[in-house]
Formats: sequence, C-alpha cells, structure tokens
Amino acid sequence: MKRFSGLNLLAQAFQGHKGWPEHWPDKAPKAAYDVIIVGAGGHGLGAAYYLASKYGIRNIAVIEKGWLGGGNTGRNTTIIRSNYLYDESAHLYDHAVKLWDGLSQELNYNIMYSKRGVLMLAHNVHDVQSAQRHINANRLNGVDNEWLSAEECKAYCPPLDISPTARHPVLGGALQRRGGTARHDSVAWGYARKAAALGVDIIQNCAVTGIRRGPDGAVQGVETERGFIAASKIGVSAAGSTSIVMQMAGLEFPLESYPLQALVSEPVKPVFPCVVMSNSVHAYISQSDKGELVIGAGTDQYVSYSQRGAFHIVEHTLAAICEIFPIFSRMRMLRTWGGIVDVTPDRSPILGKTPVPGLYVNCGWGTGGFKATPGAGDLLAYTIAHDTPHKINAPFNLDRFRTGRFIDEAAAAAVAH
Amino acid sequence: MLLIHCPYCEEDRPEVEFVNGGQAHIARPVDPSTQTDEEWEQYLYIRRNPRGRHHERWRHTHGCGRFFNAVRDTVSDRFETTYKAGEPAK
Repeated sequence: MKRFSGLNLLAQAFQGHKGWPEHWPDKAPKAAYDVIIVGAGGHGLGAAYYLASKYGIRNIAVIEKGWLGGGNTGRNTTIIRSNYLYDESAHLYDHAVKLWDGLSQELNYNIMYSKRGVLMLAHNVHDVQSAQRHINANRLNGVDNEWLSAEECKAYCPPLDISPTARHPVLGGALQRRGGTARHDSVAWGYARKAAALGVDIIQNCAVTGIRRGPDGAVQGVETERGFIAASKIGVSAAGSTSIVMQMAGLEFPLESYPLQALVSEPVKPVFPCVVMSNSVHAYISQSDKGELVIGAGTDQYVSYSQRGAFHIVEHTLAAICEIFPIFSRMRMLRTWGGIVDVTPDRSPILGKTPVPGLYVNCGWGTGGFKATPGAGDLLAYTIAHDTPHKINAPFNLDRFRTGRFIDEAAAAAVAH
Repeated sequence: MLLIHCPYCEEDRPEVEFVNGGQAHIARPVDPSTQTDEEWEQYLYIRRNPRGRHHERWRHTHGCGRFFNAVRDTVSDRFETTYKAGEPAK
C-alpha cells in the first residue's frame, strides 16, 4: 500500500500518476483461514480490518458473492446519526459515530465524513412530543441532540417551507449536529485497502454455497463456488441475504428482506446545507458534494430479493419532498435503485453469537445500517476475537426474540430506520 | 407496482389496493397457555424469508376486504398463483 500524502501526490504528478499500486489485490482463496467473513460490504470489510488492526488476527478471508461494496453499502443514502431512543441503541450507534471521527486519517483514505447536521422534522403534536423525548433520552446518554423551533429550522435549512398553510406544517425539529454524511463507496474501499495491506484476502465473485459443520456442531468452513475453504470461525455480514446464509448452517432467523429504494437528482449548485429527515411523511434528503440531491424512500411492503421497488413508493416520497421543499418541484431525477434490507421484528440489529459454535452474525440493520458501519465492524471483530460479545452489542443478541427483551426502536419512532 | 389477482373479485388489480400480510400458513397455537418460549418465538418471529418461491398473505383492502394467499417468486416478484384463504398451500 502506498500512502496518500502531499509528497506522494507531488511525486506521482511528475510520473503521470502511473506509479500508484492497486488498492487491493484480487486474491484466489487459500485452503484455510483463521476467520472467514461472508460479505464484503462496509460492515464485513470493517470487521476484517479491525480484526487485523486491533485484535491481532490477520489470517482472514472476506468472501463476496458479487463485487466489493456492491450491496447496500453502495445503495444507501449515506446518513450518519446516533439519536436513537433506547440506551442500548444510543450506545451502539454513538460507538459508530465516535469511530467515524478520524476514520479518514486512520485509513489514510478520504471517506468525506461531513458533520453537516441531521435535522428531523416534527409535523404534528405527536412528532413534537416524540422528538423531545428523544432529545432528553439522547442527552442523558451523552448524545448531542437539540430542539429547534420552526424559524430556527428555516434558518438552518433555508429551502424548508415553514408556512402555516403548508401540507406538512413544520412545528420544529430535532437537530443532531454531529450527524451528517460520508462517501459510502470510499468507506468500503478504504477498509478494503487497509485490510488488504494488513494481510486480509478479499475474494470477490465467489458465492458461499454451504456452511460445513463437524460432528460437534461447530463450523469447519464454507463451501463456495471456488471450492471448500476451512475456518473455525465464520462471521456472516450479508445484510438482505442473511436468512439464506444462515439456512446453510441449519438456522432460521427472525428476519424478513424488503426492497428499499433511493434516488438522486441531476446535480445542482450547493443549495441544501444539511440532512433533513421527516419520519412521519417518509422523506429523507441531503445534497452530495457532487451536487445531486440524495433522496431515500420507504420500503416496499413485501419480501423480495429483486433489488428494485415499486414506483408508487418513490412517488409518495417525492410528493412529500415537493411539499416540504417547494423549490425542488421541478428537479429531475437521474437514477433510482433498490437495495435489499433485512428487517428484524423490533427494528434493531442482531450482532453477536449464534447457537452454532464458531458462527457469528451481524444482521438486521434494516433500513439504517450505513451509519453503523465502523461500529458494527469493530463489534463483530471483537465478538469473533473474544468468542463473546462486547458489552455494547451484548443486548443485541439473537435470544431476545425468545426472552422478549427487545430493543424496540420500531415502537419508539413508529418508522423503520 | 405489482398486478395482483384477487381470487374473490376474480380481477387483476394494482398493488395499491392491497396490503401484504406476511408469510402465509403459519398455524396459530391451539393451546396458547401451554406454549413454551421457543414455540412462541417460532410462531411470532421466525420467518422463512426465502429467495424464490414464497407463500404469503394479501388483503384486498380497497376491494372486497378479504384475505387470500399467494405464491410469488421473491427474485422476479412474479406471481405463480393466488388462492382463497382456507385452501391448502399450493
């Protein structure tokens, strides 16, 4: 790995930038590894990186059915925040936000983390009460969040329509100033490059077709399209395909996979300074550094692996966006796409051990996994390295669907995250 | 948007008239008070979530208002068939 620095950039400029090595080599699988991570998205690559850099395990393969970062890592709306209601969630997501800070320097890769603030709008009395409860809960947990009046919202985000006759009147909003966005592809690329430099093998276009278990029930390795690869520890970080991978080990999971859509507009000059979310009308919007408006829609109502969603879902979101931001009513949309999100019954992730010895899981992030990328990677790595969960992810176990000890973020916000 | 055939109305109608009711043919416990935690977990939360053939419930909310079952491929989203509630799984 050649470091990115001013000096190296200058030196390369004189050579026509022909001396940069590849970010990561495309490896053929070895016969055996200490740890196999299934899924080369941000979470899986992050886990490999932290295993190698923090927890001293370097003989790792990350196996990916498609291409690196081509799943939900490359399909989300890049929003980062940690203003979740419950203590467990606040600690989990804030662990990630703390890691986002300084990640560009740590990886020597510009992930473009921009703390431009996430403003969550309140449109009715229930929204106001819910937002203020969130703010109080967040502050008790050391997570910044503050209440803005409608006028303060308008000052923070000028395109906002706060007129009392608006279709979705703005009564105020909750602002997390540390929230913001990052460049999603860069996160995967940065982790991949640094992990590869530490000796991690990244194996793309190699679908896992089975999980082999020994007579004692423990995992022995994975069957893949390119043959059997042995490992005594397997971490699955496969998002929408988690149910499929887990069935290979004989496990049934409390997950359902839905399409979630997003879209971007034509690029325009900087007009939108922050991230605005409106949970009650399903509108999530920010502007990328390229100038495109990045808009997130809701999920479709049915289980699907098609990576595309219905048009009426997009229409519903755009109708709300045009009402809240009338200046965007004539923007043209350039691209729309879908990702498959794995949703748990309580809308909180499952991150920890499974009933199968040596098999670890990181799933159920639903519609909001990007913000957690560094935290999820770190905690999955910790859990694999110590064979026991960290105290931050211990509550996010699989057992809670039997014991009833939910972390019910669905009920807390009445919306998927 | 999906076009869905309602087996009661016997018409192909747009998806916005329907509400998806999740996985079909999950048997309700006959004697709830004797259910173990594992059985409750299985009944309430564990789902097949298959990649391929999926049995699911739909309700024709903005039509006849009745529940029915469907078989749909979750990769192509194409319906194989729909049939009335109470009929055996197809």
